[in-house]
Amino acid sequence: MGTLHTLTLAQTLHKLAEKEITLADLYRDIDTQVDVFNTKLNVYLTRNEQALSQAQERACLPLCGIPLAIKDNFLTKGIRTTASSKVLDTFIPPYESTVTSRLQQAGAVIYGKTNMDAWAHGSSTETSDYGPTKNPRNPEYLPGGSSGGSAAALAENMCIAAMGSETAGSIRQPSAWCGTVGLKPTYGRVSRAGVVAMGSSLDSPGPMGKTVEDTTILFDAIAGHDKYDGTTSTQHPPKLYNALKKGVRGMRIGIAYIDHADIKGTPAAHSIEQAAKVFESLGARVEHVPLSSTLKNNTMLTPDYAIGVYTVVQRGEVSSNLGRYDGIRYGNPRSCFGDEAKRRIMLGTFTLSKGYADKYYIKAQQVRNLYFKNYAQLFSSYDILISPTSPGFALKLGATKDNPMFGELEDMLVEPSSLSGLPGISVPCGHDSKTNLYLGLNIISSHWNEEKVTRAAYAFEQHTSWNSWIGDHT
Amino acid sequence: MPSGCFMLFLLESTADMPDITPSIIQHVASLAHIPLTPAEEKLFAQGFTTTMKVVDQLNSVDVQHIEPLHQVTGLWNVLRDDEVDASRMFTQEQVCMNAHQSHNGYIVVEQILDQK
Repeated sequence: MGTLHTLTLAQTLHKLAEKEITLADLYRDIDTQVDVFNTKLNVYLTRNEQALSQAQERACLPLCGIPLAIKDNFLTKGIRTTASSKVLDTFIPPYESTVTSRLQQAGAVIYGKTNMDAWAHGSSTETSDYGPTKNPRNPEYLPGGSSGGSAAALAENMCIAAMGSETAGSIRQPSAWCGTVGLKPTYGRVSRAGVVAMGSSLDSPGPMGKTVEDTTILFDAIAGHDKYDGTTSTQHPPKLYNALKKGVRGMRIGIAYIDHADIKGTPAAHSIEQAAKVFESLGARVEHVPLSSTLKNNTMLTPDYAIGVYTVVQRGEVSSNLGRYDGIRYGNPRSCFGDEAKRRIMLGTFTLSKGYADKYYIKAQQVRNLYFKNYAQLFSSYDILISPTSPGFALKLGATKDNPMFGELEDMLVEPSSLSGLPGISVPCGHDSKTNLYLGLNIISSHWNEEKVTRAAYAFEQHTSWNSWIGDHT
Repeated sequence: MPSGCFMLFLLESTADMPDITPSIIQHVASLAHIPLTPAEEKLFAQGFTTTMKVVDQLNSVDVQHIEPLHQVTGLWNVLRDDEVDASRMFTQEQVCMNAHQSHNGYIVVEQILDQK
């Protein structure tokens, strides 16, 4: 068996362009890897039988026919799309999402559709109606979620690069737990058209890759205004790939959340302190931003309230978005919703119902504004903020059982920035040699500043050995 | 384990909690058109109570004079051109291809009005 499946996207494109490898060889190695691991890890729900022939047709385009793992909430014309719910068990979309359309126009190929938490409701991939995906780094553990299938596909080299989507943590948290890289763009930077809607004021499709460089290549192919999504910005997106190597010299960096009572002294906090030293050694100016329970200048508003805000806002939007599934025009009846979807639809219906909307929904949107104002003030002093992506390492399979707040607890450190629509990236920043599990460094910046986020992430990745495709940390 | 710590912290607040009764669950399920078994009603009532305790934390936050935030990137009244885009129209076959039941190019729906 060959090893072409272990290549990064940048390496693959280079080798294809130089004719050092062929698409047939590349797909042979990916196919073999998927044949061996898909049953064990439950990564792909559907595979595209036409993948290699489509790749051959696109060989001359910029993305050269490379195989992508696509989260199963992107509508793909003619390829089953379930959002990991039995409601859409047999649904074949009659149109293509803007993101997958742009990727294919640039030469990429949909290799397969990856498992996720059903409707993207969760942070474990354990609420999938098709069973959990297992973490390739250690199959006794969860991959995180909701884009857990895409992160696992990368970690086990079952694709060259991948796409996910994030409402609050769903790209970054599985990337952290699987030791991969996930870029959540600014809300409105990447089109939501043709992505199964979840929390419409939050949903942000974004690239997932083996390296930071890989995520910028995909970002550059998908970012920008789309007339089919009125919330996309008309601003011309930057080419992140071109700015990748500008470094962090002179950058002002704030360290957030590691003084939180539940984070202080943990391996996650330690890894961020180490990351801060790396940035300092590269010429950045780094300082702690103290935590505060109220909105105050030059302090970080506690993430504790974000759990309540997100719970109300997301469930409210879910109850509306999932109202369209009537089992008549497409899909199965509403009785086919899994427990987590039922729970969220009903909670959203409750908090938006007469007599409760002011008490819950409006209040949550007011607290959401506190986070927005907090970031606006902080980004007048800092270029980027860094924190752990998740409070700790991946948890074991079964950890979500009887815990309706699992996702919010694991995502609490990224929820404030998601609620504010900010861009962020998670890159590996720690590793436990006993369990072979990873920690993620979360880097965020102000709206539309993906460039600062990826520049910093690239500098960190290049000067440390946590990324398993670049360094050797074992 | 971090998630355990957070849960303890979150469950401390119980002030001003709505009482989640089975009748509230039944009412909400009916509004949301979600069929539930009695066992599910009981299970969801418990889950609701846990979740609403977390949400109740927001009552301790001072948001006087703070506007609710519904949109994060400052866009305002974005409208598309009011014209038919023929390139995006489905054929009748495409419209019916995922329907539970179709007949002569129409989607068959359940009868919701009483017969005379």
